[in-house]
Amino acid sequence: MTEIIVVTSGKGGVGKTTTSASLATGLALEGKKVAVIDFDVGLRNLDLIMGCERRVVYDFVNVVHGEATLKQALIKDKRHETLFVLAASQTRDKDALTQEGVEKVLDELTKENFDYVVCDSPAGIEKGAHLAMYFADHAVVVVNPEVSSVRDSDRILGLLASKTRRAEKGETPIKQHLLLTRYNPNRVEAGEMLSVKDVEDILGINVVGVIPESENVLAASNAGVPVILNDDSNAGLAYKDTVARILGRELPLRFVEPVKKGFLKRVFGG
Amino acid sequence: MGILDFLKRKPEATAGVAKERLRIIVAQERSTRGGPDYLPLLRNELLEVIRKYVNVDVDAVNVTLDRDSGHEVLELSVALPDGKPATSA
Repeated sequence: MTEIIVVTSGKGGVGKTTTSASLATGLALEGKKVAVIDFDVGLRNLDLIMGCERRVVYDFVNVVHGEATLKQALIKDKRHETLFVLAASQTRDKDALTQEGVEKVLDELTKENFDYVVCDSPAGIEKGAHLAMYFADHAVVVVNPEVSSVRDSDRILGLLASKTRRAEKGETPIKQHLLLTRYNPNRVEAGEMLSVKDVEDILGINVVGVIPESENVLAASNAGVPVILNDDSNAGLAYKDTVARILGRELPLRFVEPVKKGFLKRVFGG
Repeated sequence: MGILDFLKRKPEATAGVAKERLRIIVAQERSTRGGPDYLPLLRNELLEVIRKYVNVDVDAVNVTLDRDSGHEVLELSVALPDGKPATSA
């Protein structure tokens, strides 16, 4: 059975592509056969975060339009045998993707025995975002502890519950996972940032993971190596925990308590 | 709190305000969710028409759609201000 996971958020810039890259890589590290698809037609970026931007020959739209086979368009990850990337096209035509076209590609991935397909949604709630979520079995809703992001997430949770294939067919609803990113426990303690519990209370759903704000995330995208591969990074370890929880393992949250400052920092600030 | 922290302006503790504002707006948006897309527009146009005659608040017009065994009821309620005569247009 192929499970389809959409990574979505409504608001842009909250960490969808970072999350898609790390989740897909994490699932491959667990031995799963994984494809990660960029649905952001016109604004391709997943290839950069995955570090395969120079190997894109054919893209998602080419496959949908029959200009290339799925096999030709899937880019095999350099680091993991069982991980494949399907890039978005750079065309500006928003209607390049159709529901039938997306379904055809997902069906073909199912036939190729992929365990997971991770769909990296574009921001917004228009066609691209709709297509990315429509066929999903799981949704990872990425949210920052910030008012506009939380409000948009609630909107997206509503759409997941009503405008998807599972909802329309009256099947078991999409499994919703809330992922809180860019979390800064020190600022939460100072009362400057919404806490994990605040966000859970407002949205009425528990988090599947909390990714601490980390300089390693920028370094990872600079290098084109998903941050989950950095074992020295709290963000990377938090992504690993998140993957484990999505696979059904129970793990306590880490990196959600404030880090006490050392003596020098207490005296001199910083 | 370091000695040098006195030189920096400390951000205010605003998370509580954020939570309260979100709680209210999320509840409000959830209550209108699932209705037809034209409801907010209908509400605004009705408000404009009513305001031609009566000076009512922005939130005085309430439009709800109820689904009842097989048929739908569009309910419209307008709270008129107390004791003020309608102004002629």
